[in-house]
Amino acid sequence: MQDVRDALYVGQRSDGTLTRRPMSPHLQVYRFRLSMFLSIANRAAGVAAAGGSALGLCWISAAAKGPKSFSKVQKVTGNPLGQMLLAGWALALVYHFVAGIRHLVWDSGYRFSKKEINEDGPVAVGVTVGTTLALVAGILGVAICRSRKKAS
Amino acid sequence: MSNPKKPHVTVMRSQLSRARGLGSGQAGVGHWWAERASAVALVPLSGWFVIQVFRLAGASQPEVAKWGARPLNTTMMLSLVILTFYHTQLGLQVIIDDYVHGKAHLPAGLLMKGIVFLLGLFGTVSVLKLALAGSSRGRIAAG
Repeated sequence: MQDVRDALYVGQRSDGTLTRRPMSPHLQVYRFRLSMFLSIANRAAGVAAAGGSALGLCWISAAAKGPKSFSKVQKVTGNPLGQMLLAGWALALVYHFVAGIRHLVWDSGYRFSKKEINEDGPVAVGVTVGTTLALVAGILGVAICRSRKKAS
Repeated sequence: MSNPKKPHVTVMRSQLSRARGLGSGQAGVGHWWAERASAVALVPLSGWFVIQVFRLAGASQPEVAKWGARPLNTTMMLSLVILTFYHTQLGLQVIIDDYVHGKAHLPAGLLMKGIVFLLGLFGTVSVLKLALAGSSRGRIAAG
């Protein structure tokens, strides 16, 4: 017995021998719903956002260390691969933010009926994608403009 | 209603469920509230940080150092770093509670807390170094 909860799964057959009682059905018996994807995506986005924040510490620590370290970080943020990573971090942060707001709304007792949750799901996806695209394009645009101004 | 002298059940829980160690661990409500409170605090802090990213996009190290030396920016960055990693620790603990069972549960939680604590401390020290080193360098240059 690995877990104390396993104690509840031990049952007896009519002849007295012990058996492991079946578990209730899990994911595979349910039709796919957007809300089930959005729920696990929020958890995954939280982990991704945390991982990105850990990497983001490199930026502030390099700035604290000096110009040499900072130019190394700038090589990563100037590289298309690094920028894709940053865009992924932004997506995770924005979605975790949006889903977190939904959770706070639910906790306050609003928008928690099945109909309302199904209505809000696609809106959350739209807001996440739109905000992420606007943020990434905006930040990249400002960065390019500023470096061009410096070069000229 | 009930006679205090007469023996009566005060806990709505069977002795068997207590022995099995199931049911409330008593710390859940505090954890839940801490997660919500830190989330609410992170909403304005994240908004502030997005504005700062727009201000600092493409900035050089001296520009970032000048930005980081301002007391208001230091205060906001410290709040952001501390609350982000505090909220991270609370969230990852829930994931460990859900997926790691048995003997591995406690060490997994402690290891995660250790790593997240060190990351948060590293961020805090970096922000402080940026703040304090920047101001002293300014003073030397002025004098």
